Amino acid sequence: MAKFEGYKDIYVFVEQKNGTIAEVGYELISEARKLVASIPEMGYQVVGVLLGSNITDKAQEVITHGADKVIVVDDELLKDYSTQFYADALTQIIKEFKPDSFLTGATVLGRDLAPRVAARINAGLTADATKIEIDTEKAKDGEALLLVTRPTFGGNLFGTIVCPDTRPQMATIRPKVFDMAPADAARTGEVVTFAPKWESTEPQVTIEKVVEKIIEGVDITKANILVGAGRGAEGCLDVLQACAKELDGVVCATRAVVEDGYMDKSLQVGQTGKTVRPSLYIACGISGAVQHVAGMEKSDMIIAINRDPQAEIFTIANMGFVGDVNEVLPLLVEEIKKAKAA
Amino acid sequence: MDFNLTEQQKMMQKLFREVAQNEVKENAADVDESERFPKENVEVMRQAKMLGIPYSREYGGAGADYLSYILAVEELSKTCATTGVVLSAHTSLGTWPIAQFGTDAQKQKYLPDLCTGKKLAAFGLTEPNAGTDAAGQQTTAVLKGDHYVLNGTKIFITNAGEADVYIIFAMTDKSKGTHGISAFIVEKGMPGFTFGLHEKKLGIRGSATSELIFNNVEIPVENLLGKEGQGFKIAMQTLDGGRIGIAAQALGIAQGAIDEVVPYVKARKQFGRPISKFQNTQFQLADMQCKTDAARMLVYRAAMAKENGEPYTVLAAEAKLFAAEVAMEVTTKAIQLMGGYGYTRDLPVERMFRDAKITEIYEGTSEVQRMVISGAVLR
Amino acid sequence: MKIVVLVKQVPDSTEITVDKNTGTLVRDGVPSIINPDDLAGLEAALQLKDANPDIKISVVSMGPPQAKGMLQETIARGADDAYLITDRRLGGADTCATSRTLAAALKKIGFDLIIAGRQAIDGDTAQVGPQTAERLGLPQITYVDEIIDVTPEKITVKKSLEEEEQILTSTMPCVLTTLSGMNNPRYMNCNDIVDSFDKPVHIMTFDDLDLDLSVVGLAGSPTKVHATFTKDVSAETKTYDMPAQEAAELIAHTLKEKQLITK
Repeated sequence: MAKFEGYKDIYVFVEQKNGTIAEVGYELISEARKLVASIPEMGYQVVGVLLGSNITDKAQEVITHGADKVIVVDDELLKDYSTQFYADALTQIIKEFKPDSFLTGATVLGRDLAPRVAARINAGLTADATKIEIDTEKAKDGEALLLVTRPTFGGNLFGTIVCPDTRPQMATIRPKVFDMAPADAARTGEVVTFAPKWESTEPQVTIEKVVEKIIEGVDITKANILVGAGRGAEGCLDVLQACAKELDGVVCATRAVVEDGYMDKSLQVGQTGKTVRPSLYIACGISGAVQHVAGMEKSDMIIAINRDPQAEIFTIANMGFVGDVNEVLPLLVEEIKKAKAA
Repeated sequence: MDFNLTEQQKMMQKLFREVAQNEVKENAADVDESERFPKENVEVMRQAKMLGIPYSREYGGAGADYLSYILAVEELSKTCATTGVVLSAHTSLGTWPIAQFGTDAQKQKYLPDLCTGKKLAAFGLTEPNAGTDAAGQQTTAVLKGDHYVLNGTKIFITNAGEADVYIIFAMTDKSKGTHGISAFIVEKGMPGFTFGLHEKKLGIRGSATSELIFNNVEIPVENLLGKEGQGFKIAMQTLDGGRIGIAAQALGIAQGAIDEVVPYVKARKQFGRPISKFQNTQFQLADMQCKTDAARMLVYRAAMAKENGEPYTVLAAEAKLFAAEVAMEVTTKAIQLMGGYGYTRDLPVERMFRDAKITEIYEGTSEVQRMVISGAVLR
Repeated sequence: MKIVVLVKQVPDSTEITVDKNTGTLVRDGVPSIINPDDLAGLEAALQLKDANPDIKISVVSMGPPQAKGMLQETIARGADDAYLITDRRLGGADTCATSRTLAAALKKIGFDLIIAGRQAIDGDTAQVGPQTAERLGLPQITYVDEIIDVTPEKITVKKSLEEEEQILTSTMPCVLTTLSGMNNPRYMNCNDIVDSFDKPVHIMTFDDLDLDLSVVGLAGSPTKVHATFTKDVSAETKTYDMPAQEAAELIAHTLKEKQLITK
């Protein structure tokens, strides 16, 4: 006898906007497929949940991306995202269909919607996860316990969270951590339409206007990946920029580079600049003077490229490479591109 | 004897530390380099209501104690001694005489703007020929009907030009010596009141230090502070309090230098290890911190005495003498520990070293403090 | 109008590190601060009060007794009073239990508008605001980066999404969750510091909340911590002298392995 009678399958909320489906939904469906495959004895399906207006014809697209079943609510009230109507609809779907797990992308929308629904049904919800697994041992006893891992304390600590006593097990998952499997046009699946009973059709929150988002200047102290330029990299700053861009990081510089006029003072790292603590710091042509090192030595991982084998930077770099940045960096950009394509 | 700060003082200290570290520190080098008055810091202090700390709420002050104000000067001076002296000159030299000796009408007229920081205050005693010998005042004020006519020149005046309200000392009766000196509240913009040469200084280079020139300035009689002939007494009492502010500035500079040195010696490696592992570094730092803490005790004691209405002339002199000399010693050693880097203008300790020197000079030189202290010892 | 601002005391996570030799979290000497998103919410409320002095601001926090000091600091910034919900029986709560506790307290305290920070920098869940709104049956607007207008009947705000911003209106009362960066939070000020010693930080315990013991604290929390581990850092240093192409390949390989290369 299953521990949670009637609860089964892994459900994925498929976020869409104006009929365009956000990739994170497909990333989660792809990962959910792997999860159900890890516990074949449970016979679980992957179910997509698609809410919107004039959206039913998109259900087939969700199936081609890996869903066995899609539950569709097609209603004028769901045309634009509304916490109120989306939460009402989703709560009724959960009560009706009893998902064992329910995954949502940790987008602005997902993080607005999922907590509201979880509170209404008193389900456990794990936020902004970067890894999900199912306890395969427990699956042998008929329980598909979801192990959800997420960073806390600014990424320094990771916690694996479980919901042993409640169903569904809910989680919001960060976009881009899982690969999206290619669509398979031959896939078939079931499309179920669902009509929620609206408690009220009077909206409490109304969108008055949509405005363009103004992107603010970069803050190197908040960057997760920094590519730092020293005097030795002044000849290839464009490649440095390209490298940072490929890594989704930001460039920064030593005092010398700033004083030589190549970079803005706001990008200076060190005693007279800013103190940074990224996950990765690639030091390019940086000798490692205390002035600079004081501002970046607490980076999680330091990779240094410098021509001088005696450079002080090598004493703190986790990986040091003796070589000319002008040569290594363009090759590195190519290798990163290859790694991303793979 | 309680050596602990009260909860209120700790909360004040936290605020001052945040303001100093988050706002003042960032532009301290620029203020020094370009010799500019730190207007933006005054604005932050105004928002944090730091410009009337020890004055009553009735006049827009915070109604806090004198030590809280001293903590503000200390924390600011850790990162920017210029900003420390702007606050000190405003609070204890410019505003205090009005709060202490002013008539109700004078207090009503001037204190609210000064305590809320809408206006800044300054103090003008020193003249080209009357430094430590303040009795040699050559500025004169002659009563003519309902006003005095002020003539003369003051030099080395902190906040000159930036302040709106000036406490000015002038001879009203030369025949009476120091008893012929009177104090006046002079406002910027009074006809005949102009600013002269802007001094180029070794340190506290952002502090506005200029000449005040009075050319037949007509001061209404209601702007006479205290009575005629009380000026010298007002000046000396004001300077007693001001000295605690300067002592706090010196204390802040010393601690600020140590705060800069500590992370440096931990990071700087020579002979394969951080120089903090060498005994010379360790012992130097021990001496620096020990003396700075001793200075802190003297400074806080003087502030508490003033707050409690006890005599503080000698305590203030001791605090200023000791803290100023500690500031010189500590900043000198700080540069030495940082070697060539410490001597460059990339790091702040050379500025602190230059800033420290003035604390041995203004509001009574160290020699004057020794006169005050020895006078009390030998009495 | 009474605005309630929800705040949390958190360790300054930018100061937390993992010891590269032992792999343990270094929390010694890490200062406790007001969570940045919450501080932005408080500043937004204070700005509304600047414009309309009739507004009263109450700050509410749930946490250990030492959070009282933080609450007093919010008064020293200009809030009118504060409430600390503190009780061992409420400890170990996840967002589900926390939101129940806060909602019960808010019903006692009263409100016309509730402002919470979007998320706390220790837990980073962003769930307490929406879940508190749900339990009070109030509309919510999350990720707010500007409060444009507020009346007793209606509030207009700007919400920041991934690629656009929306101007939204909500009926009142409602719950907003605010983003740090929407404003520059003011410092405490000397006058309010002095006054803060005369203004109350009310203490509330489980007994004040009309809740069942089974729905609060660890017992009322459906999520459980299964395991924790620190991020992967190393003090090891190694220097390679190899041809540029090989170096580039090794770096790219390492970055991929450490998941530092994303799509």
